Order: sequence, then structure tokens, then C-alpha cells
Amino acid sequence: MNADKQSEIPGGASVLASRIDASCRVPLLALFGGAALWLVAGLALSLVAIMTFHKPDMFADCPFLTYGRAQAAANDLLLYGFGIPAGLGVMLWIFARLSQAELALPLVPVVAANIWHLGVLVGTVAILLGDSTGFAWLEFPRGSSVLLFAAFMLIAVSAVATFGARRERELYPSHWFLLAALLWFPWIYSTANLFLLAHHPVRGVAQLAIDSWFANNLVFVWLALVGVGTAFYFLPKLAGRPLQSHYLALFSFWTLILFGTWCGVPQGAPLPAWMPAASAVASSLLIVPLIAIAVIACKTVCGANVTCKGGPLCHVKFGTAAFILSGLMLVASGCPQILRIVEFTWFGPAQAQLQILGFFAIVMCGVIYELLPRVMGFGLPFPKFVRLQHWLFMLGIVLWAGSLAVGGVEQGMKLNNPQTAFADSTAVALIFLRAGTTGLLFILLGSLLFAANIFAMTLKWKIARLKSLLAAVKAPLETAPASASLRRDQEVKS
Amino acid sequence: MRNGFSVFLAVFIALGLSWCGFVLGSAKQLGTAKQAAVLNSSDTWPLQRTGDATLGLQVYLANGCAACHTEQVRQDGVVCDVVLTAAGKKPTVVSNLVSTLKLTGLTREEADADSDKISAAGGTVETHVVATGADISRGWGIRRSVAADYLYDYPVQLGSLRAGPDLANIGTRDPDLNWQLVHLYAPQALVKGSAMPPFRFLFEVRKINPGDAPSPDALKFPKDFALPAGCEVMPTPEAKQLAAYLLSLRQDAPLYEAPFTPLMSKP
Repeated sequence: MNADKQSEIPGGASVLASRIDASCRVPLLALFGGAALWLVAGLALSLVAIMTFHKPDMFADCPFLTYGRAQAAANDLLLYGFGIPAGLGVMLWIFARLSQAELALPLVPVVAANIWHLGVLVGTVAILLGDSTGFAWLEFPRGSSVLLFAAFMLIAVSAVATFGARRERELYPSHWFLLAALLWFPWIYSTANLFLLAHHPVRGVAQLAIDSWFANNLVFVWLALVGVGTAFYFLPKLAGRPLQSHYLALFSFWTLILFGTWCGVPQGAPLPAWMPAASAVASSLLIVPLIAIAVIACKTVCGANVTCKGGPLCHVKFGTAAFILSGLMLVASGCPQILRIVEFTWFGPAQAQLQILGFFAIVMCGVIYELLPRVMGFGLPFPKFVRLQHWLFMLGIVLWAGSLAVGGVEQGMKLNNPQTAFADSTAVALIFLRAGTTGLLFILLGSLLFAANIFAMTLKWKIARLKSLLAAVKAPLETAPASASLRRDQEVKS
Repeated sequence: MRNGFSVFLAVFIALGLSWCGFVLGSAKQLGTAKQAAVLNSSDTWPLQRTGDATLGLQVYLANGCAACHTEQVRQDGVVCDVVLTAAGKKPTVVSNLVSTLKLTGLTREEADADSDKISAAGGTVETHVVATGADISRGWGIRRSVAADYLYDYPVQLGSLRAGPDLANIGTRDPDLNWQLVHLYAPQALVKGSAMPPFRFLFEVRKINPGDAPSPDALKFPKDFALPAGCEVMPTPEAKQLAAYLLSLRQDAPLYEAPFTPLMSKP
């Protein structure tokens, strides 16, 4: 079975495809528009946060932009603001395409997208005002969590309804990944909120166990499910070859959810010994799905007669490679000998940044560039930006995540040697952080290009809609005299 | 596979396994934890924080201090040191014996063997349990952090990055309130080259009326710190709470899972 089932059905397929695309138009614009905005805002806030390491007293009199707040808000904006809505939008489109059916309940995701973005706005403002919950990757306060949860469930309803109405009964591997993601987010998010933020939160370090389980399952597993599921749909489509092979894809899916979900409990943490041990075993087994995914991606893309030239295929290829690397970093952190060095260093943030920006953001941007022209029915306003963004992102990620990771290892070696003063370990990390800032700047520029394309497209579509609306308003005015004269004629006759 | 429901069920079980393990498992095992007994003592651990320190935890998390500071000490293991407390009736024999033995960095069995030999020669010894590791050598703690240390904290702020030093025992390492407040106001004034952002928004700079004495609450700066003339820096209630929280951070009770021998203050 080919990912692009349209190609198997000549003739009527293209009409159906354009009907499916049109049904996704408004929901996808609502999801992607906000996502693009939050991507820019999140990266800008990241840059603000990192400025503290260039000039510590930059925001000494401004509580809203102090490092701890800006950093948390930036991370949440990238993950909740950009990552999840972008992933959901792409998921809706893939479901509709694979189902050979129009998007079910198209109004629901539009409402949900607005609720989601409102939740992100409320949460971010709350963090900047100092109302964070204090749990990593769960900083948004309860009110905002409720909005996010409700919005996700609404989108899930539309996605599942589209899936249920599918005309093509056979399941494609992407289905598995994306359906699991639909199930997993509400599960982990409600668990984390109920156990950590409800009226009777769990006591003591149980909070740490649940928070690190949640953080790993959101940042690593959920993004992997959506990102890899998307890549398994788009790699064959863009490379023009079938996925190699379905069985291996299912194998990688099962091993990913069996092993990936158990990772993430820090090894040295003051927790009962079985938890870090289980986590260490799981993270060494994680190498299995990583190899499987790498093999699938290589065999699908290699030998394809397509040059990508910085286009969407390049985005997805680079993103998949970044995912393998980020997974390997997670595997390495599960190994006690390596963890002794990299624990509590910038190596951890490097892995998270690689996962969110290097893997997920770049896959999503590439895929959105590919599907949005189809959905809108007209081409990208700035097609050259696609290639430029690819280069900016690629260079930026290598500089940013690379220098954080190398800086983390250097910092860890100094940290573990008690003969070295602590200040030395900070100083060596500072050099790398400052070098990495350039990379972050490149990524921010790339995200501006992405946002420019999305917003220009939205604007063009809104203007076109306004014109057609005006035409519709004018139309009856032109026919009015005719009907009026007709009525007059009838009156005369009677 | 064509059946959506069987897929759903299988995925549900596969994902649910980790939930049962880490969420249900930890809630069951740790959720009902009670205070731990301090070794060789009738005390329990941890101590409840004072009201100010509890409020200070909220200031700590509102400003995201855990983004750069951990509150957990790691250790590699424990060793035993044998310490001679009294030489007994034959001091020369004992001191000759002691000079031939290795008395620090021993395993439990070696320490027992050494103390048996010294006791047989008439000396009195004590065996001290000492934790080892890079964090311990840095003076960040005297034992590793254990679950009991965080029993009363909500939310637990363990942190995962050491852009700044560990704070698990900052209350015993720097117990001076004024030092903590000055460090929050101007970290670079006390620690040269510190990358910590100053938290000036937690303080209020005000003019001293001519003839008035400076407020007893005002910060006392080191001599080379340039403060505008005729001004004093007053901590806001948040700054005081945060400092109280920092001073309350200590993990210095010997526990069953993290034993060490407390050193008696020298006479």
C-alpha cells in the first residue's frame, strides 16, 4: 500500500482530494496560525532568557523576564504553543487523507484551536507573572490546563470521527502512531494535573517520579509518536517510493511505546531504586526502535529519484535524523557511566531542544509547507523562504543544540572533579552558551520566515473571502431592480 | 489489522504499563510516606518548615530558581574511618600499632578488623561512617539526598541543572541571613564572576532621611560595594521569605538509608 492512495485511483481521486483538502482549510489555518505565532514568541523568549548569561543584570529590575520565568515560558510556548497544535493540525489532515473522507465536524477543531491558543496565552502570562506551578513541563496553572485539555479532547473527537468514517478500511502505520498520540496526551496530561495540581497532590518525591514520567512521555514519546507518524506518511509521499516496510514500522511502533514510556526517571534521584533501574533498562532498550526507524527512513529515502533542494523532503529527512540523535542522547543518559558526567548539566536541555526544535519543529514546518498549498488551493506566497528556512534551521540547530551538548559534557567533567572550583564548571558552560546564542538567533530568523508564509497565506485567503463576500452582498442588489419590477408588473396585472 | 478496537486495546495496555509502574507504583509506595527516624536518636525527620520559609518556597518557584539550581546531593558510597579516642594503658604499643594500620577509607570488614586489633592492644576506637563523592567533597552535603528529605515540600523543587551550585544544604553552608539577602540583591558583589541574575525587584532602595539612623533591616554590604549615597536597601517581604526558605534548606540528619556519623563539635 502506498501512502499516497490518491495515485492509485486515477480520475475522480483528484476531485475527492481537493474536497478533502478544502474541508480541512479553516481548522488547519486556525491551528497553524497560532502555532506560528507561538513559535516566534517562544524563540524570542528563549533568546531573552539566554541573554541573562551574556549580561546577568539585564532584567534585574524586571520580574517578568527574569531567567527562571522567561525560560519556563519559552519552553512551554515551544511545546504547547507550537508543537502540539501544529502536530494536531497535520494529524487531522493525514487522517482525512488516509480515510479518503472529508474532515468530520470541521467546526469543532476551529473552536478547539481558539480555546487551545487562549489556554496557552493564559498559561504564559501566568508564568511571566510568577504563577507557575513549579513542575517541569507542567508550568501552566490549573485554569489554563483545563482549557488545553478541553481543546485537545474536542480535536480528538473530530479526528476520531474522521477515522471512523474512513472509506479505506486498511490501517496505514501512521494511523497507529497518531491514534496512540491521541490517546496518550489526554492520559498523561490528566494524570499529571490530577496527581500534582489537584487539591490533594501526592506527597514528597512521588511528585518527582510522576513529573519526570510525564515530561518524558510528553517531550519524547508524544512528539516521537506524532513526528515519526507524520514522517512515515510524508517520506514515502515525497520520495515517491512505498514505505520500507510496514512490518518494520509496526515493530518500531510497539517497541517505541513499550520502552520509550518507561524512560526519563533521573538515575541519581532520591527515589526507590527500582524506578531509576527500570528507567535505565528501558532507555537502553530504546535503541531497538531507534534503529528500526533509522532503517525505515534510510531504505525509503535512499534510491529515490527525487532531489529535495531544501524543500519539504529535506525538512523531514533532517528532522528524522535529529530524532535518532536525540533518542541516542536519551539512551546515553540511561547509561550510569555516562550519566555520572552529564547529569545536572546542559546536556539535558540540549536533548530537549534537539527533540523539540531539531526534530519536531523542522518536520512540522516542512510538512506544513507541503500540505498548506494543497489545502488553500494556491501556492506559497514566498516559496524561496522554504529553502532559506531549512538552512537557517539546520545551521541553528547544529550550533544551538550542539554547543549545549558539548558544553554540558565539558561542564560535567569539571563538576565531577572536586579539585576543580565550581566557578570553572560554570565558566566553561558559559562559553558554549554564548556561542549557541548565534544558533538560537538563526532558528528565530527561520521561524520568522515560516510565520511570514503562514500569515501571508491567511491574509490572502481572508482577502479572497472578503471579496467573494462583497460580491455576494452586491449580487442581490443587482438583481433587486429586476425582481422589484417583476413584482410591480404582478401588482399592475392584479 | 482492520479492527480499530483491537488496536486501541493493545495500545492502551502497552501505554498503561508505564502508568501503572511510575504513577500508581510511586503513589502507592511513596504517597503515604511518614517521617523517618533519625539514627541513634528519638527525633524524626524532616522538620516542618517555618511559615516564612514555606512562603519562601512559593517565591522560589515563582521565579524559577530550580531552572539553575538543584536541591539534591549525590554520593558514590560510604567508607569507614577508624578514629582512636583513647590510647589506654599502653600508649606506645597502641600508637606503634596505629601507625602501621590504614585507618581511613575502609570497608566495614576492614574497619572491624582494625578496631579489633587496636582494642586488643588496649586502645579505645570509634568507627565513623563517611559518605564519599564529588558533591560531598565540594562540601554541598554530608550525605546523599533521600526521599524523606522532601516529605513536606509542595511542589518538590529538585531541579535538573547545575548552572548554579546545589542548594540542598545552603542553610548550613551559608547560615548568614544578611549574606543571603545581599547575594540575592547583587550576586556579583559576593561571588566574583557569578552568572546569577540579580533579583533587585525583590528589594526596595530608599533614601535615608538626614539625621535618621539606617533601618536595622537594611542590607549590610561589603565595603567595596558602591551604593548611592544616602540610600539603603530594604528587603521586601518576598525577599525575606525567600531567604528564610534558603536558610531552612538542610539535609543533615543521619537516616537508615543514608547513614553517616555526625561529627561532635570540638571541645
